[in-house]
Amino acid sequence: MLRGFIALLIFQGIGESIVYFGHLPIPGPVIGMMLLFLTLQARNQGTPASLESIAHLMIRYLYLFLIPACVGCFFLIKNNLEGWIIIIASVAISTFATMIIGALMMKYMLTRHQKKSRENS
Amino acid sequence: METASLAIMFTLTLLGFWAATWVLSASQSESVIHLFLHPLVVGPFLVTIFLILLRIDYQQYRLANEPFFFLLDTAIVALAVPLYQQFYNFRIAVKPLLITLIFSAFFASISAAGCALMFGVDISSIASLAPKSVTTPIALRIAEKIGGDLSMTAGIVVLTGIIGAIFGPVLFNRLGIKDDRIKGFILGICAHGIGAAKALEISRKCGAFAILGLSATGILTALILPYIVLFAVK
Repeated sequence: MLRGFIALLIFQGIGESIVYFGHLPIPGPVIGMMLLFLTLQARNQGTPASLESIAHLMIRYLYLFLIPACVGCFFLIKNNLEGWIIIIASVAISTFATMIIGALMMKYMLTRHQKKSRENS
Repeated sequence: METASLAIMFTLTLLGFWAATWVLSASQSESVIHLFLHPLVVGPFLVTIFLILLRIDYQQYRLANEPFFFLLDTAIVALAVPLYQQFYNFRIAVKPLLITLIFSAFFASISAAGCALMFGVDISSIASLAPKSVTTPIALRIAEKIGGDLSMTAGIVVLTGIIGAIFGPVLFNRLGIKDDRIKGFILGICAHGIGAAKALEISRKCGAFAILGLSATGILTALILPYIVLFAVK
């Protein structure tokens, strides 16, 4: 697990360095994640056990790491209740619209895709 | 004294998390209330109450909990592992999945920003709103890059996840969608980790597609949204 953790930190560091030296507006850890993904793909030997166990552990405790950021949100709500009603409405409308359009679109394309592959075979 | 107060505030986060997981396991998993008792609602709420009672302001608390913000970045890198393990699912239908992903990821962020703009919200709130469908750790980093407020983004993202996870299954029923691949993928794109947890309750396959949807949305939005914002500001 320690080796897996070191690997994660190395990729995190590489990602941050690329963003810093390249002056990119992209979050560094996302670059690190993509590089790790590409490395795993290129190795093509499955996930190393140490990496797998640390990744599962990190994801299991994701909520713990997120608590401090969410605490800030409660402080914001306390100060500006009115603004939050508008935000909740915007979030709800946009989430409903995206889910409906996205699901119908995917259903249409999947049926067409399946028909096509059946015709070809 | 300084280190003692840091230790107390750090422990407060751990206690909040522990209490929140306890509340979650004590509640009935079938009810809607269960989703509102999400660890990211209960935990921060309890911590906030304690901070107010102890008269500690948020900046001090945040300073003590800086290690968690760092680990959050490491957790983003760790997301590469589930993405790698679920990636083979992409190959069943590359084009439909890719088009759905690109459209939904953009529509989610643009429609939220558009709604808020219509209602007359200030620019910094819109920047906090734009990454709403992205998994929280990545959303926080995106908000930071485009000038949003970190705490506000955290709240909005959790809210989006809960709304998506509650109403997603209802909407799918109404629309007559029975394919678990569609349910999972859309839940992952629109409601990130909270949606993926719901998808895992539906079936394993549904969960796998949700994980695929959530990591792909995170990458796509992180790579493109900052450039859109830079362009829009110019």
